[in-house]
Amino acid sequence: MSKRIETKNLDIYYGKFHAVQNVNMTIEPRSVTAFIGSSGCGKSTVLRALNRMHEVINGAYVKGEVLLDGVNLYDKKVDPVRVRRQVGMVFQKPNPFPTMSIKENVLAGVRLNNARISGKQADELVESSLKGANLWNEVKDRLDNPGSGLSGGQQQRLVIARAIAVSPEVILMDEPCSALDPISTLAVEDLIQVLRDKYTVVIVTHNMQQAARVSDVTAFFNLEAQGKPGQLIEMGPTDKIFSNPEEKSTEDYITGRFG
Amino acid sequence: MSTTTQPSTGTAGGGSGDDHHEIIHSSKRFGERLFTQLTKGSGIGILVILAAVATFLVGLSIPALTADVKDLPYGNFWSYVAPFAFGTVWAAALAMVMAVPVSLGIALFISHYAPKRMAQTLGYIIDLLAAVPSVVFGLWGINTLAPAVRPLFLWLNENLGWIPLFSGAVSGTGRTVLTAAIVLAVMVLPIITAITREVFLQTPRLHEEASLALGATKWEMIRQAVIPFGMPGIISASMLGLGRALGETMAVAMVLSPDDVINFRVLTSQNPNTIASNIALSFPEAYGLGVNQLIATGLVLFIITLAVNMTARWVIARRSEFSGAN
Amino acid sequence: MSTAVTTPQEASANSLIAGQLPKYTPWATLLVSLGIAAGLLNSVGHFSITAVALSGIALFLVGMFALSSAVEGIRKAKDRLARQMVSLFFLVALIPLISLIAGVAVRGSERLDGKFFSYSMRNIVGEGGGAIHAVYGTLIITGIATLVSVPIGMLSAIFLVEYGRNGRLARSITFFVDVMTGIPSIVAGLFAYTVFSILFGPGTKTGLAGAAALSVLMIPTVVRSTEEMLRLVSNDLRESAYALGVPKWRTVLKVVLPTSIAGIITGMILAIARVIGETAPLLVTAGLTSSLNTNPINGPMTTLPVFVYYSYVTPGIPQEPYYARAWAGALTLILIVMGLNLIGRLVAWRFAPKSR
Repeated sequence: MSKRIETKNLDIYYGKFHAVQNVNMTIEPRSVTAFIGSSGCGKSTVLRALNRMHEVINGAYVKGEVLLDGVNLYDKKVDPVRVRRQVGMVFQKPNPFPTMSIKENVLAGVRLNNARISGKQADELVESSLKGANLWNEVKDRLDNPGSGLSGGQQQRLVIARAIAVSPEVILMDEPCSALDPISTLAVEDLIQVLRDKYTVVIVTHNMQQAARVSDVTAFFNLEAQGKPGQLIEMGPTDKIFSNPEEKSTEDYITGRFG
Repeated sequence: MSTTTQPSTGTAGGGSGDDHHEIIHSSKRFGERLFTQLTKGSGIGILVILAAVATFLVGLSIPALTADVKDLPYGNFWSYVAPFAFGTVWAAALAMVMAVPVSLGIALFISHYAPKRMAQTLGYIIDLLAAVPSVVFGLWGINTLAPAVRPLFLWLNENLGWIPLFSGAVSGTGRTVLTAAIVLAVMVLPIITAITREVFLQTPRLHEEASLALGATKWEMIRQAVIPFGMPGIISASMLGLGRALGETMAVAMVLSPDDVINFRVLTSQNPNTIASNIALSFPEAYGLGVNQLIATGLVLFIITLAVNMTARWVIARRSEFSGAN
Repeated sequence: MSTAVTTPQEASANSLIAGQLPKYTPWATLLVSLGIAAGLLNSVGHFSITAVALSGIALFLVGMFALSSAVEGIRKAKDRLARQMVSLFFLVALIPLISLIAGVAVRGSERLDGKFFSYSMRNIVGEGGGAIHAVYGTLIITGIATLVSVPIGMLSAIFLVEYGRNGRLARSITFFVDVMTGIPSIVAGLFAYTVFSILFGPGTKTGLAGAAALSVLMIPTVVRSTEEMLRLVSNDLRESAYALGVPKWRTVLKVVLPTSIAGIITGMILAIARVIGETAPLLVTAGLTSSLNTNPINGPMTTLPVFVYYSYVTPGIPQEPYYARAWAGALTLILIVMGLNLIGRLVAWRFAPKSR
């Protein structure tokens, strides 16, 4: 239940602005891959291109290929809606639907495709998803309360539960902890370790210690200069990237940050 | 006085204290006091005006309720006002049934479907409708709309006549309560559209993307993220439109050919009149206690619109727990 | 995840690929639907453009939904249906707008001439005559209403935003301004009528009474729009003025108001545009006259909307000239109101970015 992602000659644009240039990478299933790099280097953009969320923004488009187990997501015949069912996404700020209860939030994605889900099945799915997101024990007594009443970290885990409830192959996380306090961050990081066993996880992070802690593979993105498109500089096993990177700019970035 | 809580006014002058300080300070305080009292007075003035409206309306309505029925030109007040009250609510309700879905559609079209550059222009075009005075709507209603909808009325009557709503003999002029309701719908459309459009545009990107990332189609995203977020806005916009439809006078007075009945049939020439329209039509010829009776019907109208507005407020307040604001 | 609920067929390798209708399908379906509708109606003998359009569009919606749900699945079909309905609603709303503006423009331009703006209806029977008295009446009555409402409304808004501090008085003003927004215009007219009847004797109809009625309608609009604009001014600006030792009232007059003045003026203009077309309250307060009357405290005063109304509902004989004048009046009204709207927008657009 987990798929390999490959990108081939991926170029990403916002209208006339060339945001990311020529990305070639392979992301293995059942692993955690971290994207690191300075602000504006295109790492979030690449992440959003992996489930066709990039094109939601006006005028944004992509050239090249993104293969999910060999199928090109940008093939004309591919339906972006179906892509997003298999490649789930968690955003920087937790975004549970404010008008829905905790339970309905978890079921939001399932309800779209599977209108006739029995009450018992729904309860089971809610429980397993919330357990999968390490949230069950905290919310099991108040499933009918609004999701927006939870703390930031709980909301973020609720959103993750919502994403895994539709049984995706891949989970993309766009700086999932940047809006959270240290304790909540720890809870989400623990969860990422658990998710590794079942899904392909890709996480964008600004926090290098976090990348070092949670990921198996790290990809470093950088800009050649301001105004130039971002590029994938180097990708490899996390311990190698952090201890013995091949590129000088990777080393500069990492040592600069670790100071 | 509320100004004393303002920290800067009390202390700011003290820092640069010198011989002129006293003079400056006192003139400052005079200006401050004058201006504060002026603004406060205006605010109180509004309360006074509203109190006056209420007092005059109630005061002049009382004779219509207390006088001997023999002296009342229009007879017993309650049986006089009942058909008009019904007509007011009925015409407005029909208008809302047509206007709300169409307005939401237009608002969604502008906020989520039309190309961005086109959207603003489209918004202005719809806003133009709001600018058209109601007499002009009245003229258009009699001259263009009523003849144009008559074939449709005949068709409805022929094919759906078994529904009580569409039964009875079709009016020869087309000036029925349904026609009036269509005019009202067109009039409140831009009001509802303008507000809901703004609300839809304010849907947090975060919620829209959450829905799309779960694999929602555009329409599913709208139902999952946009509509729930905009619900309080939709309700208040609709209520505002309803208030306008209830109080609209001229368009109804000109379009409708009224009768003194309570009747749910929408295609016939026996149409209940509305309170506002009846006042406009009867006021020029009213005399003596008749004027009081008409004023009393105006009071009834005011109470109906007030009830609508208060209900809207209550509904919105009750939903605040699950509202989009967090 | 290993829950029983999720759809197993989605797990297959090709699940990303969905059936797709070619891009031209909607247009082709629309044409075919219209064709079928025209053919059917023709054979029954009920052919008319409206009937073909209505039934053709209905056929199109049903046909597209069936096609799409067969090829692309029910969710996509619903998505398409929603898109089509929403676009359809928009087009439907354009019909009355276009028909109204075109109708008024065509019929109104007949009599929109020099004479219309230079003659009153004094001693006019049938042809000729004009609406100069109504134009004057409109300008005078709306002018007085503006002079009364703008200061009261603006000062109240300043009180609410700058001084009220959400106290009991401010809250009750906010509440009652809301109530006032909901006053039906005819009720405002009745109010002004009763006040003037009590003060100046029963049945008094003057321009001033009309202006009073319009003020009741205008004040809440002015309060609302000014309040909204004042609240947009950032608190930093106020605080930086206080920090310089500027007293509060001068901060309001010299800093806050100039910052938001473009928006406030736009609000005023839109408020004027709203009341200038009012008919009902003036019917009961300002009455009707066929002569030019420029004295707001003596005698009835006709305004353009009332002129249009009476020309149309109580025409003399022959009727045609009266109708023509009604349409010309309607066109004049639309032009005035749209002109005001345009100016309002222009002010907002032209001055807002600079006045920061």
